[in-house]
Amino acid sequence: MEYNKYIKSFLLLELLKGLSITISHLFKTKITIQYPEERIPISSKFRGLHALRRHYDGEERCISCKLCEIICPSISIDINPINRIDNTKRTNLYEIDLFKCIYCGACEEACPVDSIVETIVLDYHLGHLNERFMSKDNLLLTGDNLERSMFIQKEY
Amino acid sequence: MDFLILVKNSILIIIKIIFVIVPLLIGVAYFTFFERRIIGYIHDRSPNRVGPKDFLRPIADVIKLLFKEIIIPNKANKLLFIITPIITLVPFLLAWAVIPFSNNFVISDINIGLLYILSMTSLGVYGVIIAGWATNSKYAFLGSIRSAAQTISYEIAMGFALVGVLMAAGTMNLKEIVNAQQGGVFSWYFIPLFPLFIIYWIAAVVQTNRAPFDVAEGESEIVKGFHLEHFGTSFGVFLFVEYANMILVSILAVIMFFGGWLSPFESYFPSGIICILLKTMVFMFSFLWFRATFPRCRYDQIMSLGWKIFIPITLIWIFILIIFIGLKLPPWFNGI
Repeated sequence: MEYNKYIKSFLLLELLKGLSITISHLFKTKITIQYPEERIPISSKFRGLHALRRHYDGEERCISCKLCEIICPSISIDINPINRIDNTKRTNLYEIDLFKCIYCGACEEACPVDSIVETIVLDYHLGHLNERFMSKDNLLLTGDNLERSMFIQKEY
Repeated sequence: MDFLILVKNSILIIIKIIFVIVPLLIGVAYFTFFERRIIGYIHDRSPNRVGPKDFLRPIADVIKLLFKEIIIPNKANKLLFIITPIITLVPFLLAWAVIPFSNNFVISDINIGLLYILSMTSLGVYGVIIAGWATNSKYAFLGSIRSAAQTISYEIAMGFALVGVLMAAGTMNLKEIVNAQQGGVFSWYFIPLFPLFIIYWIAAVVQTNRAPFDVAEGESEIVKGFHLEHFGTSFGVFLFVEYANMILVSILAVIMFFGGWLSPFESYFPSGIICILLKTMVFMFSFLWFRATFPRCRYDQIMSLGWKIFIPITLIWIFILIIFIGLKLPPWFNGI
C-alpha cells in the first residue's frame, strides 16, 4: 500500500488529473450573459419598479381606497386622499419608499381598479438618496412610458 | 577607422537591444491580458469590457499605474525604497542579453551563457530582500523572507537540473546547447532528461513566486509580500519583473530541453524565431493553467519538497545520465 502512494505522487498522477479537468473547461461553451447587451428572459409575472396606470381617456385610475396602503407588509406606501371638484375621490399624495418596499406584489393584487402595478423593469438607479420616494408624478410617468411600450401588459 | 567600426557595432547592438526589449514590454502587457482571459475561460466566464474583446485592458492598466501617486512610508529607508524596483528589474533585463532567438539573432554570444543566466537570476533575490527591509513594515519583511527563502532553496535544484543539460551538451554556450539538439523532436533533451525537466519546471514556478507556490502573498496573514507598500510606477516595475521573469524561465526551458528555435520536424517546417516564440507561449500558458488548477501549497511542504525530494532526484538522475553518456546513447549522446 505504501509503495502505491509513492508511485502515485512521483508520477504526479493527481496533479495531471486536475490539469486535465481544467483544460477541458477551457474549451467549453461559456454560459456568461453579457449583461447590458444581452439579458436573461424575464417572466411576465416579474415584480419590478412600480407604476400607476391611467384609463384610456387619460384619467388616473387610483380612487384612493387605501387598500394597498393597508395590505403593504413593509408600510412603504403613503397616501393622502382628497375630494376633487367633480366630487370624485382622488389622491394628492401617493408615495412609495423604494428602500422599504420588498416587491411582494401585494399592492397590485389588492388594487380594485388595477391602478398600482409592478412593471418588469428590474434595473434602475437613484441619483440622490431622496429619489427613493417615488412621487405620484413619477409613478404616473413610469406608467405612461411603459404603457406605450407594452411593458406593463401582464397576464394573470 | 577603428572608431568608425566601434560606432557601427554599438549602433547595431542598440538596435538589437530595442528589438528584444520592446517586444518584451508588449509581451508582458499582453501576458497579463491573456492571464485574465485564459483563467476566466477555465473558470467558465470571460471578462471583456475595455475595448473590443477587452484588448485595450493592458494599456488602461499601464496608464493607471503610471499616473498613480507614489507614497513613501514615513519610516522607510527612502533611498533604498526608491531604488529597489530598479535593483530587481536590472538583473532580469540583463539576463535577456544572452538568450539566442535564432542562429544569428543573439545580443551577446558568450561562452558561459548558462552560468551568466544562473547568476543573474540569483541576483534578483537581493531586490526582494532589500524591498522587504527598506519598507520598514513587518508584513513586507515577512513576505520578503518567505519568498527569498523559497527562491534560494529551489535555485539549488534548478541548478542541478541545468547541470544535466550542461553534461548532455558539453558546453555552456546557449547557442551550442540548442545546436546540439538538432534532428527533430526525438533528439531534444527533454526525453533523456525528463525528470530533470519536470524538476526544472516546478522549480521555475517556485522561483517566479507563482501559484501554487505564491506563499509570499497571503491576504489573511501577510498581506501582499515584499512589494506591500509600493504603489504606482514602482509597483508596476515589480509587476513587470514578475511577468518578465515568467517569460524568461519559459524561454530558458525551451532552449534547454525543447530545442530552442529548432523546428520539431525539420524537413517539413523551417526552423526559426517563430518556433522558439510558439514553444515559449506553450510554457507561458502552463503558468496560467497551473494557477487556475492548483490550490496553494503549505510553506513547510514547499521547503521539504525542494530539499528532501528534488535535490536527491536530480543527483540520482545525473548519475544515470553519466551512464547514458558513457554508452553514447543515440540520438542524444552519440556526438560527444
